[in-house]
Amino acid sequence: MPDVKKFLYVNRKAPYGTIYALESLEVVLIGAAFEQDVSLAFLDDGVFQLTKGQNTEGIGVKNFSPTFRALGDYEVTKLFVERESLEERGLTEADLQEITYEDEDDDWAEKPSIRVVSRAEMAEIMADQDVVLSF
Amino acid sequence: MSYQVNGHTIEHDEEGYITNLSDWSIELANEIARTENIEMTDEHWEVVNFLRQYYEEYQIAPAVRVLIKAIKKSMGPEKGNNKYMYELFPYGPAKQACKIAGLPKPTGCV
Amino acid sequence: MSTLHTVNKSPFATNSLTSCLNHCREGDAVLMIEDGVYGGLSGTAVAEQVAAKAGSVSIYVLRPDADARGLAQERMLEGIEGVDYAGFVDLAAAHDRTQAWL
Repeated sequence: MPDVKKFLYVNRKAPYGTIYALESLEVVLIGAAFEQDVSLAFLDDGVFQLTKGQNTEGIGVKNFSPTFRALGDYEVTKLFVERESLEERGLTEADLQEITYEDEDDDWAEKPSIRVVSRAEMAEIMADQDVVLSF
Repeated sequence: MSYQVNGHTIEHDEEGYITNLSDWSIELANEIARTENIEMTDEHWEVVNFLRQYYEEYQIAPAVRVLIKAIKKSMGPEKGNNKYMYELFPYGPAKQACKIAGLPKPTGCV
Repeated sequence: MSTLHTVNKSPFATNSLTSCLNHCREGDAVLMIEDGVYGGLSGTAVAEQVAAKAGSVSIYVLRPDADARGLAQERMLEGIEGVDYAGFVDLAAAHDRTQAWL
């Protein structure tokens, strides 16, 4: 495919206190139409976006956490989560919702989209991009 | 701007998408379809119901290519293709079917 | 292959500067802009952290933002270089990508 660039969306904010997290997700979904090599990074408070059990009924805003599970349909299949950021916040991978995609090249086998990486690995992933978009 | 169904007034935006998703009913869907010049068949309902389920699960109205792929996975390639879907919804399967399903305009429809 | 990182928040309000410093690699540059310029001051709680990176990473402060806040270059940590808007553009052009730490 010509001119495929590596795009990384960096998410560092918790989900409901500011609009950053929702805006990021919407840009990812719209940007998916351009068929680029897209990854998402979750670090610092951004890891809170992926936690299980979110219920926004009481605050009158949309709970967009289920939408992360649709990313596989949009062929966005790489969600990197920083281990140190989880640990600093008392979280483990088990506190995150399960997000999977079906691998077209592997007989549609269901595979996990979330990959927990170290801070050093995250720095490498960031340095490997053509474009970094921050939220 | 609004639809009239059984004496109720249901608000919609300038493109015809209803404002309050909980206003949706089968009667309203038929009324929206009428304004879109679509006569609802079982095949139309199958897609509309699929979209409503998709929204329920993911809180998102899928883009057209995502919808067609998901239909293909769920109902097979004879339905999950552009020709079939555009025959049902000539002005865009995602846009028209979402409107009839009472969902927002699809995310990722450029 | 190197990155220009920009930081626009005070290090005393958010962890953006700390997180940025934790993710930059040798040969990268960090440019402090807007409230980020407070991160360049000497004698602060984050000064040591910044100074520790100043060897492997080039650190810059956008002078118009520092001037606006009354922060003379003499009050900045040693090794931090002041740049103007044209310098900002040169930095962006000299690196392969720009990453904003918001």
